[in-house]
Amino acid sequence: MEYKDYYKIMGVARDATEAQIKQAYRKLARKYHPDVSKEKDAEARFKEVGEAYEVLKSPDKRAAYDQLGQGHPGQDFRPPPDWGSGFEFSGAGSGDPSYSDFFESLFGAQGRAGAGNRRGAFHPGRGEDHHAKVLLDLDATLRGGARQLTLRMPEIDAEGRLVSKERVLNVQVPKGILPGQHIRLAGQGARPPGEGAPGDLFIEVDFQPHPLYKIEGRDLYLELPVAPWEAALGATVKSPTPTGTVDLKIPAGSHAGSKLRLKGRGIPASPPGDFYVVLQIALPPATDAKAKDAYAAFAASQPFNPRASLGV
Amino acid sequence: MSSPIDQALSGAIFEESAVLTVKDLSRMCAVDERHIVEFVEEGVLEVVETAPEWHFTGAALRRTRLALRLERDLELNLAGVALALELIEELQHLRRQLRAAP
Repeated sequence: MEYKDYYKIMGVARDATEAQIKQAYRKLARKYHPDVSKEKDAEARFKEVGEAYEVLKSPDKRAAYDQLGQGHPGQDFRPPPDWGSGFEFSGAGSGDPSYSDFFESLFGAQGRAGAGNRRGAFHPGRGEDHHAKVLLDLDATLRGGARQLTLRMPEIDAEGRLVSKERVLNVQVPKGILPGQHIRLAGQGARPPGEGAPGDLFIEVDFQPHPLYKIEGRDLYLELPVAPWEAALGATVKSPTPTGTVDLKIPAGSHAGSKLRLKGRGIPASPPGDFYVVLQIALPPATDAKAKDAYAAFAASQPFNPRASLGV
Repeated sequence: MSSPIDQALSGAIFEESAVLTVKDLSRMCAVDERHIVEFVEEGVLEVVETAPEWHFTGAALRRTRLALRLERDLELNLAGVALALELIEELQHLRRQLRAAP
């Protein structure tokens, strides 16, 4: 298991005050919070920062962690045999089960004490609702259909610890579901400790990037390359759409960035989204003599300054 | 609690038909009912029906969970959460407009 330098992750000195640690956490949390961050590895960084803060903000855990001494990052780590003696950890923090093995080996059992007590308290006699998020292929919403989903669910194990468990479900994805919407699976949440009905499972849906279409809410966007003469003179060209290839009429005088809307051909939600075709002008290569002659003849026939609007 | 994977589970799109009460949101998000009321008072959540009791649309589920995450992870107060949500929404709106511009 890898040693984690929580001070380094937080960017603070080993003798940082509580106020400095709090300040560092807030700054990093704002930077990497998956709901607001644009950083690529935001989610992973945010978890790491959250774990570091969970340890350093608590005087007990911080003292215990400091007692380990300064390890080297990446070094193989085993907690000392008498680890944890004399310290009492409490508080479950955010209840996020996805802390590192390093954290779990140090604070696992005690650090999470109490995490289970909160569960089910908001509706006695009924199991807690579970939430999960999945990335689906766009086809799942365009056509609907069964998908095998692998979820990581928090669970309380036999020793009362909060652990992360893998769960595989075969789910019929409803046609027309939009990013950010949920599939509700009744009775697939947690079972209550005693008698009573299990809670529900809410699966929040998002989509993997599609090779052709960009997804914007219920609308889909396609960048369609056209030849300069097709844009200038107008043409009927083939275009892929989610429901198959169509003949698309390009109006004369179109230019790069022109948008054509195919109403109702986006995600089949209610109301259905639209399908937008954004034109791109593809230049024919001037590699052989014939093509070069054609370009030269066109240039000679037309007084055209593409930079006229720049005043040069 | 594992289910056989050969048989597909069917679920509806929650947002399309859901009408939520304070109690529903409280249970689904594992948060005290008073906290939902505070979200309404601060303008974080919008009530669509007031009689005989408060009702929310299905979209309130995602919004409540987002608000709770911001509150917990960024240690924001209610006013901070409300402001962050407004800014996130404006950002999304502007990004959509940018896409739709001719």
